[in-house]
Amino acid sequence: MKRIRSFFQTIFLSELLRGLSVTVRNFFRPKVTLNYPEEKTPQSSRFRGLHALRRYPNGQERCIACKLCEAVCPALAITIESDVGPDGTRRTTRYDIDLFKCIYCGFCEEACPVDAIVETRIHEYHMENRGENIMTKDKLLAIGEKYEAMIAADKASDSQFR
Amino acid sequence: MPSFLADWFGPGAPEIWATFLVTAQIVGVLISLVIAVAMLTLAERKVIGYMQLRRGPNRVSFFGLPILHGLAQPFADVVKLLLKEIIVPARSSRFLFLLAPLIVLVPAMAAWAVIPFSPEFVLADVDAGLLYVLALTSMGVYGVILAGWASNSKYAFLGAMRSAAQMVAYEIAMGFALVGVLMAAGSLNLGEIVREQQGGFGSWNWLWLFPLFIVYFISGIAETNRAPFDVAEGESEIVAGFHVEYSGAAFATLFALPEYANMILISALASVFFFGGWLSPLDGYLSADAAIRDTPLLGAVLGNGFHWLFLKIGIFLLIFLWVRATFPRYRYDQVMRLGWKVLIPITLVWIAVEGVLAWLKVGPWAA
Repeated sequence: MKRIRSFFQTIFLSELLRGLSVTVRNFFRPKVTLNYPEEKTPQSSRFRGLHALRRYPNGQERCIACKLCEAVCPALAITIESDVGPDGTRRTTRYDIDLFKCIYCGFCEEACPVDAIVETRIHEYHMENRGENIMTKDKLLAIGEKYEAMIAADKASDSQFR
Repeated sequence: MPSFLADWFGPGAPEIWATFLVTAQIVGVLISLVIAVAMLTLAERKVIGYMQLRRGPNRVSFFGLPILHGLAQPFADVVKLLLKEIIVPARSSRFLFLLAPLIVLVPAMAAWAVIPFSPEFVLADVDAGLLYVLALTSMGVYGVILAGWASNSKYAFLGAMRSAAQMVAYEIAMGFALVGVLMAAGSLNLGEIVREQQGGFGSWNWLWLFPLFIVYFISGIAETNRAPFDVAEGESEIVAGFHVEYSGAAFATLFALPEYANMILISALASVFFFGGWLSPLDGYLSADAAIRDTPLLGAVLGNGFHWLFLKIGIFLLIFLWVRATFPRYRYDQVMRLGWKVLIPITLVWIAVEGVLAWLKVGPWAA
């Protein structure tokens, strides 16, 4: 009986037709691909993208050069040098993040006692020249100023879980 | 014929005019064929993409116009391929290396001479049309062997050997399937074969020659080296087969153009041999119902004409793509087993069955 059935299945190509029906069903199903630059996947407020250094609302840098982020960084991507600032407080004179070393783990953000270094949602960036992978303090502060509204909103929405 | 030709050339004018007309027809058919090939490559990517829940190419539009996104993709690909460098491998046979693409391309184009597009239009209405088609489709394998041998690369050579063995094997099954068609039609002229099938959907050859149609179509897929019979490419084993060493315009003419032109050719031949070519499926009912037949627009659309041939070709091409999206590649020994041990015996058996049917005077042999 089994052999007879398998004989008829072979001769009428029924398995092939079953396979063809699978592909034709998928042909009419809605497509899962997003048209990327126009459509984007929803992003979490915890997304870990490009870094930024923040300031207080009065314009003072948040970073106090405690070097906790430098210590916790598993990829050794952060380099900090510090000195006494003009107002007598301890400030960084150099705050470099090497984006090629960074693994975007977010430990620096976790370690920071004053919420100075954050990872923003920006993930569409590129470098055109050698050396642009080093994010200097000025560049990080500029990003922080530009996206402060977004960073503050993300921090606020996440604060109840901390 | 414009009158000034007679003034210029005197008594030879009609011949010159006829030559001009035929040349114009050939150029028209070739240009439409090349455009069809371009659109087929796009359709392939689109259809397979859709079957894999993707969207396929949907970016490139003509001159950046905000309509028909993706439709210009094949033309962008052609421009890219033509601008790329043609690399001729060191220690290869340079002349044969560059000749091989043309040997593959020319038969794929030339076979279109005998395809009847409509009751009136066929480039060459030769009586041995079927033999001509068989002869020309067999020519392609020489180009493949030359391409593999001239490349001086072991992968190309292995691919060419596989491809040649496969094409020879399936040509036999294909030839026998066409013997069945020949028995049903009683003519080698493709136009005659179509006319023999007159009388609507049920009187086409596919009904009485169904196993032969299946064998013909499977052989056609194998003959064009398409999935699931694309062992000649077998990228997991032999990189890309006989066209590994080709690049740029040589690659386009060796691989892309003939492969897709052959797909269209096989689809056209399948419609001519088994599905009545330019015959309308409503043919029989229309000849009985004069009211519909004489309605101006409806009668032309439902009646016989080239649009039915194009529709049938389109359906067969869709099946080509559908099969490619569905089935995994055959193992090489399975390909040969299917060709020699399954398809050829089936055709032989059915030719015998046809002999019995003809003796009993049923089906197409009733009259």
